[in-house]
Amino acid sequence: MERLLSIIFIYILVDNFVLQRFFGICPFLGVSRKMETAIGMSMAVVFVMTMATLVTWLLYSFVLVPFNLEYLQIVTFILVIASLVQLVETSLRKISPTLYQGLGIFLPLITTNCAIMAVALLAVREEFAFIEAVVFGIAASIGFSLALVIMAGIRERLEMANIPEALQGSAVTLITAGILSLAFQGFRGMLTL
Amino acid sequence: MVVQIINAIVALGLIGLLFGLLLSMAARVFAVKVDPRVEKVKEVLPGANCGACGYAGCAQFAEAVTRGETDPAGCIPGGTNTANALAKELGLEIAETEPLVATVFCIGDNEKAADLFVYEGVEDCAVAGRMNGGFKACGYGCLGLGNCVRACPFEAIDIGPHGLPVVDQEACTGCGLCVTACPRDLLETLPRRSNQGHLVLCRSHERGKTVSKACSVGCIACKACVKACPEEAITMDDKLAVIDLDKCNDCGECVPVCPPGTIFPRTVIPKDLSELEQQPASTASSAGGGQ
Repeated sequence: MERLLSIIFIYILVDNFVLQRFFGICPFLGVSRKMETAIGMSMAVVFVMTMATLVTWLLYSFVLVPFNLEYLQIVTFILVIASLVQLVETSLRKISPTLYQGLGIFLPLITTNCAIMAVALLAVREEFAFIEAVVFGIAASIGFSLALVIMAGIRERLEMANIPEALQGSAVTLITAGILSLAFQGFRGMLTL
Repeated sequence: MVVQIINAIVALGLIGLLFGLLLSMAARVFAVKVDPRVEKVKEVLPGANCGACGYAGCAQFAEAVTRGETDPAGCIPGGTNTANALAKELGLEIAETEPLVATVFCIGDNEKAADLFVYEGVEDCAVAGRMNGGFKACGYGCLGLGNCVRACPFEAIDIGPHGLPVVDQEACTGCGLCVTACPRDLLETLPRRSNQGHLVLCRSHERGKTVSKACSVGCIACKACVKACPEEAITMDDKLAVIDLDKCNDCGECVPVCPPGTIFPRTVIPKDLSELEQQPASTASSAGGGQ
């Protein structure tokens, strides 16, 4: 139990996937312009990341390891993530058109989110047990969402600020992301597994 | 070694097959029927997602039109052409629609209208307007910070050299997004017609004395135009003269009698505001000479 709690704490704050490990920078910069889209993207990521960790862990432990096929993990994980996203999209379209509309293009975009792949690979490399791997997936995706939502909040305020011409647009966004990452550096070393 | 290779092929092949089956089953179970006409309708639409039709975007409008929930003429930027194309696609009859164009109801540019203070805040008319009632002495005048420019999906509005928005008559589709974007209500979409009519280009409801202190071209509510108009097309709306375009016959009687020179024929409005500047004197003299 203690170990699960520390996994949650570590991967939300200490080892935040975006701000400390620099995974998923593309959606972090791409969809953080508006709070609404950021929340949509976050929800989709939480869902897919948890599911992906769960399925990849099972496949790895019960198919790849018994057959000595560990070297195929990247290929297998790509297959899993892509199919999973497709499956979610197809079913969501029928079950909840509202949510489907809300998530919109974010669902297919997640296929190329490297943070998902990283979670799947790290869950295996860290030799997590099944429950730990799932909790790890949830914590990592919440950490991603946290970073995305904070960034969106800051960027919405930046819209109203008088920014020097040379720094407008992506320049100030990257500076903001850097400072945010530095701020999260404060958690460093607070807790280790 | 061979076993390894076979293992790899079989395992990965099976996983792939499994996911493939799962996906095709999901596609069957969760199939959503989409009207094939919706795609065609979407292609006809301008695709600017301006929202002038009242739907969230072109896709939603396309669905509504295909279902017959709304009129094909609902797409304002597309105008008659799109409406006809839509009607053809869906086999419907449509009524003619009148194309609209946005018009700015303020000519108090940075030379004619006085400023109260230098504003260096956020480039946003709504924000600037809330600070001490805006940096312009006139509480109704255009602040020229370009909320309408940013709202226009067709890049039809620009802030001109005199600090006021200029509408590109060709590019404007009359979608009306600038009308809602202006916090001071200075824009309006008016029908494009051959009989253009005249307009009082001011929205100030202040008393005449206050207006003339703040702006040299604001309506001072003197009612001279109301008396001059032979068609009784001009009425006073709380200290502001308003011309009814349906009644106006473009006679131009109101132009020379207006002391600040606020009334213009709509034909000159589209042009650059620098041309507007000379307009009051020349129009006044030519029209006056003709009397």
